[in-house]
Formats: sequence, structure tokens, C-alpha cells
Amino acid sequence: MISAEQTRPPAWIAEMKAIRDLRDQAAFASLFEYFAPRVKAYLIKSGSAPDMAEEVTQDVMATVWRKAEQFDPARASVSTWVYTIARNRRIDIVRRNRRPEPEDLPWGPEAEPAQDEELALQQDAERLSEALQALPEKQRVLVERAYFGELTHSQIAEETGLPLGTIKSRIRLALDRLRHEMREETG
Amino acid sequence: MTRQIAHHLPDAMLRGYCAGTLPEAFDLVVASHISLCDECRARMHAFDAVGGALLDQADEAELSEDSLAATFRLIEGIDVEKAKAEETPPPATSGVLPAPLRSYVGGDLDAVSWKRVGGGVSQAILPVEGDASVRLLRIPGGVEVPDHSHSGSEMTLVLAGAFSDAAGRFGPGDVEMADDDVTHTPIAEPGEDCICLAATEAPLRFSGLLPRLAQKVMRI
Ligand SMILES: [Zn+2]
Repeated sequence: MISAEQTRPPAWIAEMKAIRDLRDQAAFASLFEYFAPRVKAYLIKSGSAPDMAEEVTQDVMATVWRKAEQFDPARASVSTWVYTIARNRRIDIVRRNRRPEPEDLPWGPEAEPAQDEELALQQDAERLSEALQALPEKQRVLVERAYFGELTHSQIAEETGLPLGTIKSRIRLALDRLRHEMREETG
Repeated sequence: MTRQIAHHLPDAMLRGYCAGTLPEAFDLVVASHISLCDECRARMHAFDAVGGALLDQADEAELSEDSLAATFRLIEGIDVEKAKAEETPPPATSGVLPAPLRSYVGGDLDAVSWKRVGGGVSQAILPVEGDASVRLLRIPGGVEVPDHSHSGSEMTLVLAGAFSDAAGRFGPGDVEMADDDVTHTPIAEPGEDCICLAATEAPLRFSGLLPRLAQKVMRI
């Protein structure tokens, strides 16, 4: 059954593309209006003073503009991507070294995944969002505290009950496919 | 790089990495393992997605009045080339050390400054901040690692060679978690040197402003 929900285009992808391809300031302004207050709240919850949080938020959003061409809808939703930028900036402020990042995957831009794979991943991310919202309040708060730096890793239970399996297997599948394509190309 | 990896990152470590709550030493081991392991790379993306979903549902803090204008001014002032060099993830490399580790060492294995610690074992302590330490270990094939006590949990990633202990066999790419109450005496497999990266929770020790700040902000 296809509901209106399922055919709705994934959130913020169009704006990201307009920023990436057209340097569209209006698209950036609407992205800013949605994400900047959330990023700031995240930073404050994670222990930043409000003034500092404002400054870092502007910096994070400027990075969103600057790195727009690196955004890959086959790997992450826009929310996830913005989250990782905000998280990294939060860490880089308190450390001399940049956060250790995994090696980039060795595939070229020619091995771009198909549109329907992008869409599937974006829908998985939205389903995860819905599942998070549907968690019992107590459990949802626990997940939030783990991510917003109020709990250490040893203080939370192993299982959050979130359907991470779907999104994980989708990404795994995309990785396998890309690797396969690459092998064929390089012979 | 795809290898046969039998021992992966525990959920709690991966989530800590994605939440940004681990000390730098553990971040380095996690990033190094993900560089070698597609399975955990996919899991990382899933845990990152939880962060994204939480951001969607986060409260909205009030922005300063000229926030957007100030951000556009920032954008105008960006040195694009410099920013690109700073923010591109490290490219995949051939060699023994994965890219994130290489930037701490200043090169591949031949750039490591080893110090002998006895029993033929050498180590190189890497410079990190925060409440945990991380070092490279080189254990000659067939050698037993002398009883090493650690006062917190320890996470070890094998980079070359292999070792065995009560928990099993650990080859290249494998991760072993050991709690402080576990006494383990790993033995390197006969043959090539076993090279490991090990992060250890250190006892509380504050010597400067930065670690204190990190503790305050990151609650480690
Ligand atoms: Zn793994």
C-alpha cells in the first residue's frame, strides 16, 4: 500500500541540492531556520554556554554550506549529516587533534548509487525517526541523554530497541554493490 | 579493504563514538577498526542516523537576532581551498596502519618510535588528550605479553600478526575488549610480529585546562 507518507520526497534533499548546485541562499535560509535552533539546543544540552553555542551553531551552518558537495544522500539523511558536523565541531573545540575519522572508501564519483537506493536509505532514516518517537518516554530520554553527552557509554543498556538493522543492512548492501562495481571497473 | 574479521566493535563503543562521548584514545581505535571493517562502517552509519533522528526531535533554542546574517558573513569569509584540505576525510592507503592512525604516528609503521618495555615487547605511546591512553604494541611471534594490569577497560585492535588468549584468536582487524577484572595473558602467534593498537582507561589524572574542559563538556 502506498500512502501519501511514503511518496513524500525525503526531507531537505531538494534544498541541499539547490545549495550544492546553485548556491541558493533562499534554500539555505530555510535549512537554517529548521536546523540552526536544533543544533544550538544540542550544543547547550551537551554542555556549551549559550554564547558559545550560538557561535558554534553559526560555524556549523557555514560548514553545511561549504561542504554541500560532500553531502551524499545514499549514505545519510540531511539531519544525520548536520548532526555529524555539529558533533565533530563540538569535539574539535575541546581537543587539539581533530576527531579521528575512518578512512574514506576508495570509490570514485562514477560509481554513484542509483536514485532508488538514495530514496530507500532516506526512507529508512525517516522510519528510524518515527521509531524513536514511538519509544516509551523513559527509553527515548535515555537514548537522548546518551547522544547529548549526559550519560557515559557504560551507563546505558546495550539494546535501545531501535530498528537499526534495516538501515544498517541497506548501507551494507550499498557498500557491497559499490565495491562490486569498482572491482569490475578496475578489472 | 575487506578482511575476515571475527571480533567487531561492541555496540556501546560504536554508539559512544557516534555520540561523541568517548575519550580520544578510544575514538582512535574505533576509527581505525572502521577503516578496516565494512560491517562496522555500516553500523556506524546506523548509529549516526540515531543522532540525526534526535536532532530532528530536539528542542529549538532561540537564536541571536542576526544569526543567519552572521552565518552568511562567515560563509563569505571562508577560504575554500584551506577548508577543503582541513575537512576532507583521510583517503584510503595501502600499508599496515589505517589512515586515522597514520596521522597520529606521522607515517606508516616505519615512522613509529618504538620503546622497549621488556620481554622483547616494544610500545609507542601516542599523544592524546582526555582520560584514557593509547599505544601501539609490537610483540614478537611466539612471545607472551607479560602480565599487564590496567585499571579500567581496555580495547585492543590487531593491525598485523595475531594473538590468542582465553577469549580466542585475534587476527588483523579484530578487536578485543577486556574489563579491568579480567586477567589475560595474550600470546603472539609464531611467525611475524603482532602489532596492536590498545586504548586503556587511565586513572583520573588532571594536569591541564584542556582535559578538565573535556571532562566537563563531554562527561567522560
Ligand atoms: Zn567490525
